[in-house]
Amino acid sequence: MTTPNTSNIGARAYPTAGKPRPPRGRALLRTSYAQDMALLNTPAKRWSTLALIVAGFLTPLLITDDLLQVLTLGLFAAIGAIGLNLVTGYAGQVSLGHAFFLGLGAYTAAVLGGDAEGRLLGLGMPMYIWLPAAGLVAAAAGLLIGPIAVRLRGLYLAIVTLGVVFLGLHIFREANTLTGGPGVGRRAPDLELFGINFSASGGIPGVDWTRDQQLFLVALVFLVIFGVAARNIARSGVGRAFSAIRDRDVAAAVIGVDLTAHKVLAFALSSFYAGVCGALYYTVVRVIEPTSFDLLLSVQFLAMILIGGVATISGAIMGAIFITALGRIAIEIAHVVPFVSSSVTGGGLFNVFQLEGILYGLLIIVFLIAEPRGLYGIWIRIRNYWKGWPFSY
Amino acid sequence: MSGAAVCELKDVRLSFGKVKALNGVSFSIQQAELFAVIGPNGAGKTSIFNVLSGVYRPQHGSVSFGGESILGAKPHRIAKKGMARTFQNIELFENLTVVDNLMLGRHHHLNYHWWEALYWWGRARTAELQNRRKVEEIIDFLEIEGYRDLPVGMLPYGIQKRIELGRALAMEPKLLLLDEPVAGMNAEETEDMARFILDIRSELKIPMILVEHDMGLVMDLADRVMAMDFGTPLITGAPDEVQTNPEVIRAYLGPMSEAAVAEVAEEVSEEAQ
Repeated sequence: MTTPNTSNIGARAYPTAGKPRPPRGRALLRTSYAQDMALLNTPAKRWSTLALIVAGFLTPLLITDDLLQVLTLGLFAAIGAIGLNLVTGYAGQVSLGHAFFLGLGAYTAAVLGGDAEGRLLGLGMPMYIWLPAAGLVAAAAGLLIGPIAVRLRGLYLAIVTLGVVFLGLHIFREANTLTGGPGVGRRAPDLELFGINFSASGGIPGVDWTRDQQLFLVALVFLVIFGVAARNIARSGVGRAFSAIRDRDVAAAVIGVDLTAHKVLAFALSSFYAGVCGALYYTVVRVIEPTSFDLLLSVQFLAMILIGGVATISGAIMGAIFITALGRIAIEIAHVVPFVSSSVTGGGLFNVFQLEGILYGLLIIVFLIAEPRGLYGIWIRIRNYWKGWPFSY
Repeated sequence: MSGAAVCELKDVRLSFGKVKALNGVSFSIQQAELFAVIGPNGAGKTSIFNVLSGVYRPQHGSVSFGGESILGAKPHRIAKKGMARTFQNIELFENLTVVDNLMLGRHHHLNYHWWEALYWWGRARTAELQNRRKVEEIIDFLEIEGYRDLPVGMLPYGIQKRIELGRALAMEPKLLLLDEPVAGMNAEETEDMARFILDIRSELKIPMILVEHDMGLVMDLADRVMAMDFGTPLITGAPDEVQTNPEVIRAYLGPMSEAAVAEVAEEVSEEAQ
């Protein structure tokens, strides 16, 4: 029997010297805690992640530009969904205010990176300033909301964050010199990094790529960076503290988790992700319209993490891509199914937009009832099936 | 039993409106002592724990721990000073694995900042690995190796109780508060838990306050016992002394005559032989 309190760790033979490797042919046998705690701790995970990234970088060459644009929007939205999952999925603080933080990020980017001689206020700064600034301004707003979460929880917090969306919407509508006003909006800045303008076709020297191909590439790189960072947060003490607060806040405090600090941190981190997402997303959309940051947008992001998988990073990504692609999926269905018209005025039982709305509601209901773990849960089922194949378990 | 007290309560009074939960509670815990608090339901035993761990703030009195006053300090600060507790109804983080629950017990031993967690390599990774080793020692100590990677919510009750003890031990506490560690357990599980409590005392030398209804366990393990009723301490002393005290017997069994009390006291002390 060992004693936890003694600190003579060196006395026990822990396999730390050098870089321990699993023995040949026993890939799942771990011989060090580092192997066990690694992000990709099985060969299957390593290979599939590599394959996924390679496939990601090949995608711009393989599919058409209009589909690429849908995927690009999905990848950028995924950054925001990961952010929401940090605060709502991991830390358990239900936030309906995500749209406000997205808007803050989008407008910070537009003002800082916007045309200096234009109709609206713009400072013409480069992307390496406006992108972090978009995140930081949103994070600062998150810092202000965070302390409210210390006092309120559950439904009450949801209502307060709901109020934040309406306040934000009002500000965005009225601040005409910054936002362009409802129905008009303003242009998003160009995605220009390292002297390459990704927002203009042929921006990457040497290769003749279109705007959509380039933007997809940028989106993929940003998503990998933000995804890995969030995953690291989730597996660190910070992420564990978030989950502890979600599951049992009193117990969390009693074992030494500072509730206030972690709730505020969760909101700030989440808002940072939202701000960055807002800034990047609208470089693809091109025009930022103030009324788009409404409750529906917040609900869309909640749907992303619900359908994708609460408190998972990969789930947030899957959910974001799926929800952003829903409009496109509805159009494809309209082509096949006779009673759905593909235009607003056309005949048929209902049009594509109505179909999208119906799909939305149906999906949320179906997922909550049939697979609360979302797309991530479906993936786990598939994985477990193949793990045991050909045996049933 | 020498040297300064680990923890001292002096005339602590806690009330909720007109309900006096604690009415002048005083005691002190010595090094490596196992101090038990007994009393009928609603006597204020768990309230003492909540005062100690900073969940409640008493209106009157002083609470010191490790020589400092901890009155009004936030729970996480008190935890950092070295107070650990388990709960009457299991308060584990049921969606997390056993390892993650125990790692949370080591939360204040993690010496890296949140921004270092973002990129992981460096201090965050080193700290996680070091603390994982400590956690594995506790897993070893409590013999829960097989449950390591399972979500706690899936595990049987007795194991969950053990993991909660493990989470408290992971904090490397200077004082351990055990709130009904064997409530709802069968004889075998109770025996296991008693063995762990004895191991903690003999090997880790951590002073403990034990709140428990299982009188057999209390009388076997405790060095000193404090009996309470309606927030007021009745008597503090050696187990057999408390057991045969007329006031304690009345607190449990209701008002009764001198003769009846004497009869019960005799029966209890015979049983203890």
